[in-house]
Amino acid sequence: MEATTVVGVRPIVSHGLKVERALRVKLRAEGVSMIFTRDSDQVRVLDNISLEVGEGEFVCLLGPSGCGKSTLLNVVAGFISPTQGQVRIGGESVHGPDPRRIFVFQERGVFPWLTVEGNIGFGLSKLPKAERTHRIAHYITMVGLLGFEKAYPQELSGGMKQRLEVARALAVNPDMLFLDEPFGALDSITRLIMRGELLRIWEAERKTILFVTHDIEEAVQLADRVVVMSARPARIQGVVNIDIDHPRDISSRRYLELRDGIFEQIGLAHKV
Amino acid sequence: MKLSVWLRPVAFVAALLVLWHIAIARQTVHLLPGPVAVAAGIVELARRGLLLKYVTASLFRVTWGFTAAAVFGIPLGLAIGWYRRSEMALNPLIQIFRPISPLAWIPISILWFGVGDMAAIFLIFLASFLPLTVTAMNAVASIPPVHINAGRNFGLSQAQLIARVLYPAVAPQLIIGLRITLGIAWLVVVAAEMIAVNSGLGFLIVDARNAGTRYDLVVAGMVLIGLIGLLLDIGMRSLEGVKSLRWGYSED
Repeated sequence: MEATTVVGVRPIVSHGLKVERALRVKLRAEGVSMIFTRDSDQVRVLDNISLEVGEGEFVCLLGPSGCGKSTLLNVVAGFISPTQGQVRIGGESVHGPDPRRIFVFQERGVFPWLTVEGNIGFGLSKLPKAERTHRIAHYITMVGLLGFEKAYPQELSGGMKQRLEVARALAVNPDMLFLDEPFGALDSITRLIMRGELLRIWEAERKTILFVTHDIEEAVQLADRVVVMSARPARIQGVVNIDIDHPRDISSRRYLELRDGIFEQIGLAHKV
Repeated sequence: MKLSVWLRPVAFVAALLVLWHIAIARQTVHLLPGPVAVAAGIVELARRGLLLKYVTASLFRVTWGFTAAAVFGIPLGLAIGWYRRSEMALNPLIQIFRPISPLAWIPISILWFGVGDMAAIFLIFLASFLPLTVTAMNAVASIPPVHINAGRNFGLSQAQLIARVLYPAVAPQLIIGLRITLGIAWLVVVAAEMIAVNSGLGFLIVDARNAGTRYDLVVAGMVLIGLIGLLLDIGMRSLEGVKSLRWGYSED
């Protein structure tokens, strides 16, 4: 058993009071660097990133647009190999994508040629038919798409497509979810509802979640820990423990304190 | 409402036919046969047993040439598009062959296959092959990476990825490509038949002019080509209505 710590980075907000369950380390990134070569120019996108995520933990990667946090998520998910360093998940090093860890793209990731049922069942082709039908029905209900089983994605709203993609991911019962700005394209009302839904699902299924966002409020509302990243090349600037229980009161003093702490950390005065 | 959608083009064509008839009746120079003479020509062809024979002959050549092109061209295009390096290697070659009109191949196809069906089929094959290959190449290249990544994420093997992501993702574009290419094939069959064979609608046009300047039959041949082209297009278009393909045609 190892305590959840972030290698090489000192948490900027540390509260002695926080009695964490001793989390087993699920994911460990060690010295990950990523350099892209474009027309003989080398662009350093990730600079020596080390990070640990505990089992069942909800961690947000927060940083400005284009800082490389999505690249980090793609490295961790196994879609691209890092130039240096390595990622280990559950003790094994990552060499490619794996159905035990599903990547949720923005809503564009659903397959437009499949119905809602077809999308949710996409990763279940190895299961016996009865089990498959049962799981599809279960997740259709869970994400509130009852009555839309036979609908194609183009007949769904943005929020429904996003829920569909989450359902497709959950249906294969992964231990980890990687979410890349999943609610970025949604309107602000749908986004708030979706955050609530995601938390409800997370509390029910206790997946380990790594969630990329550039939205400070979103990070503080959702995460156990917020990993603040710098502009490119991305480095970990700091890690903030969000020691508030769910459901979170987003006008409580502690919430505002943590949120403003992150604003300062990023170098933004919280004034418009 | 549905009736009027059909009725509009029918009424317009009828009006044009009437205009055509009046225009021809009012002048004495022999510019073009009138619609009545053309209709009579088609009836005559039918009575002599040539109508069905020529239409079948032309469709037979198009079917074989076009099918062969689809069977070889589409998988080749998909493979080239899938392996980006092969695209870099092969693209210049494709772009050199593309501007060469299929009609430029007529002498060579006669040299290889003699005068007959095979020469015409070969020309249609040539005319359809590269357009289909290029369509398939582009269709693969335009698959959003998120769909391929999602497929890989769910643990699909390469073969499964092709069957369950690549194929459905390219299907809508392939069908558009097939429809356009069938139109090209139909254009080329007529030209090929003017030279390489002695049956079919293209042959009819050349033959009617050579053997007795029967311009009513020339125009009858043109009308038949147009009508069959329209039917082929309607047939291909109906594929675009398939539900699992329709996403590919909506402007999103």
